[in-house]
Amino acid sequence: MRGFIISRMVQLVVTMFIVSVVVFFILRLSGDPILVLAPDFFSEEQIEQMRKFWGFDRPLGEQYITFVRKAITGDFGKSYLAKRPAMELIIERLGYSWLLAAASAAIGLTVAIPLGILSALKRNSLLDLIITAMSSLGTAMPNFWLGLMLIIIFSVHLRLLPAFGALEPKAIILPSVTLGVGMAARLSRMTRSAMLEVLNQDYVRTARSKGLMQKTVIMRHALRNALIPIITVFGLQLGWLLGGSVVVESVFSWPGLGRLMIDSISVRDNTVVQAGLLFYALSFILINYAIDVIYIILDPRIKFQ
Amino acid sequence: MESQSNQLSQAATIAERRAETAVLPARRSAPLRILAILAQSPVGFAGSLIVTAVVVLAFIGPVISPHDPLNRNIRARFKPPGFVDESGALYSLGNDQLGRDILSRIIAGSRVSVLVGVVSVLISGTIGVIYGLISGFVGGIVDTVLMRIVDGLLAIPFIILVIAISGVVGAGLSTLILILGFTGWITYARVIRGEVLKVREMEYVIAAYALGQSRRKVMLIHILPNVVSSAIVLAAVQVGVTILAESSLSFLGLGVKPPTVTWGLMLSDGRQYINSAWWMTAFPGIAITITVLGVVFLGDWLRDFLDPNVRGRA
Repeated sequence: MRGFIISRMVQLVVTMFIVSVVVFFILRLSGDPILVLAPDFFSEEQIEQMRKFWGFDRPLGEQYITFVRKAITGDFGKSYLAKRPAMELIIERLGYSWLLAAASAAIGLTVAIPLGILSALKRNSLLDLIITAMSSLGTAMPNFWLGLMLIIIFSVHLRLLPAFGALEPKAIILPSVTLGVGMAARLSRMTRSAMLEVLNQDYVRTARSKGLMQKTVIMRHALRNALIPIITVFGLQLGWLLGGSVVVESVFSWPGLGRLMIDSISVRDNTVVQAGLLFYALSFILINYAIDVIYIILDPRIKFQ
Repeated sequence: MESQSNQLSQAATIAERRAETAVLPARRSAPLRILAILAQSPVGFAGSLIVTAVVVLAFIGPVISPHDPLNRNIRARFKPPGFVDESGALYSLGNDQLGRDILSRIIAGSRVSVLVGVVSVLISGTIGVIYGLISGFVGGIVDTVLMRIVDGLLAIPFIILVIAISGVVGAGLSTLILILGFTGWITYARVIRGEVLKVREMEYVIAAYALGQSRRKVMLIHILPNVVSSAIVLAAVQVGVTILAESSLSFLGLGVKPPTVTWGLMLSDGRQYINSAWWMTAFPGIAITITVLGVVFLGDWLRDFLDPNVRGRA
C-alpha cells in the first residue's frame, strides 16, 4: 500500500508537470498577453514598461519556471481583471462547483445503478428496451439544451423552480438534475453490461444453486463484483461532469468555477484560466486516485505494485 | 501432436463454414449486401437512416429548404410553430427574433454539424492513429514519454481544453474545426496503442518478422490494418462528441459566428428569449439530439459488426 501511494505520487507530479507545460504554452503562444492588459491609449514605451512589470520581457522558458515555482506555493499570479490573486477567486467559487458536482453525481448514481441492474436482470424485455433507449437519448442530448428545456418547463411555465443563480437552496435542483441525467445515462449503460458479465459467472450460479434469495445473490454476489467497472466509468464520468458543468453553470448562472472560467476566457484573463485549468486537472487526477484506493477496498485480490 | 492436428482440422472446418456463409451475400451487389446486414440490426438500421438523412440534408438543404434561412421578416417575428403569413407560406417550426424560419435554419445548420463532425474527426483520427501506432510499436522510453503526455492532456476535461483554446485562438468555423481536430486525437492515442500492443504479439506478426520483413513493413502491413477497426468505432463515437462540442462552443459564443447558421448558435439565440419563444430553443436541440443519437447507434452497430468477439453479446 505504501509503495502504491508513493508510485502514485510520482505519477501525479509527472502528469501535473505535463499539464502545466501544456497549459502554460497554449495560453502564452496564443497571443501577446500584454495587448490584453494595456489600454488602447498606451504608448509603445508605456507598453514596454508594463511588459517589464508583469515579467513578460523575460524568455519564455524562464517565465515558465517562475510560473511553476510560484504555483507550487499556491501563487498563480493576479487576475488581470479583478486585480486579486487568481487562487482567491478560484477558492471562492470552488464550494459551489463541488456542491453541484456532488449533487449531480448523487442523482446520477441513485438513478443509474438500480436501472442498470433492472435492465440486466430483465434482459431483452420491454423494460430493458425502454431503459436502454432512455440512456441512449440521455447520452445524445446536449446537456445545456436539457438545462434550457428544464428552465422552460419548470421555471417559465410551471413557475416552480428558480432558473438562475444560487440565492436559495431550491436553485441547485435544475442544474444538478441537468448534469445528473447525463451522468445517469452513461452510467446505467455501464452498470447493465457489467451486471450481465457478472451474472454469467460461476460464483453467481453457485450462489443461486445454494438456494439463496434473488436479493442476496444480486446485492452480495453480483453487484459487488460489478462495482469495479462501474466505479472506473464513474471516475471517468467525473471528468465529463467537470467539463459539462462549465457549460451548465453558465446556462444557470451558477456561481461556480465553470462560470468563472467562461467569464475569464471571454475577457482573456489568462492567469485565472491558467490556474483554473490546472485546478481541473488536479481534481480529476485526485478523484481517479481515490477510485484506485476504493478498488483495493472492494477487491482484495487487486494488489498494486 | 494429435491435439494439434485436431485443432488444425477444426480451424479448417471453421474456415469452410465461413466461406459457405460468405458466399451468400457475396452474390448480391455491394449496396444490397450492406442493406441486408443492416436489416438484421434495428439499431444499426435506425442509426444509418438518421445519419444518411442528415448528410443528405446537408448537401441538398438549399434545394428543399422552405424559406431562405437568412431572410428576415419583421412581421413574422416570434411567430409560433404553424404560423402562416399573408402570402400563405407556412412556417412549420415557427420563427425567431428576426422572423427567420426555424425549419430552414435547422436544415442550414446541418451543414456545419456534418462538416465539423467529419473533418475534425478525420484530422484527429489520423493524428491519433499515427501517435498510438508509434507509441505501441516503438515501445520503451518513447512509449513512456508519449503516454505520459496523453495522461497529462486527458487530465483536462476535453470540453474545457477546447473552450480554453478557442478562447485564446479566437472563433470561426475553420478555426473551430482545427481546434477540435487537434485536440480530439488524445482519445484515439491510448486505445490504438493498447490495440497495437495486443496485435504486436500475434503469431502472424512474429511470422512476418521470421520471414525477414522490415519493421516498417510489419507496422504498416500487418499491424495498422488490424487496429483500423477500433479506430473506426472510436471515430463514430467521436463524431457525436465533436458535434456536441461544436454546439456547446457556438452556444457559449466561442465557436462559429453569425451569419453562419449552426444549431448551437440557434440555441444561444433561443436562450435569450426563453421566457416567450420556447420553439426557438426546443427544435434546434431536438435536431442535435437526433443527429447524435444516429451517430451513437451507428457506432454501436459498427462496434458489434467489426468485432466478432462482441457480436451477439449485449
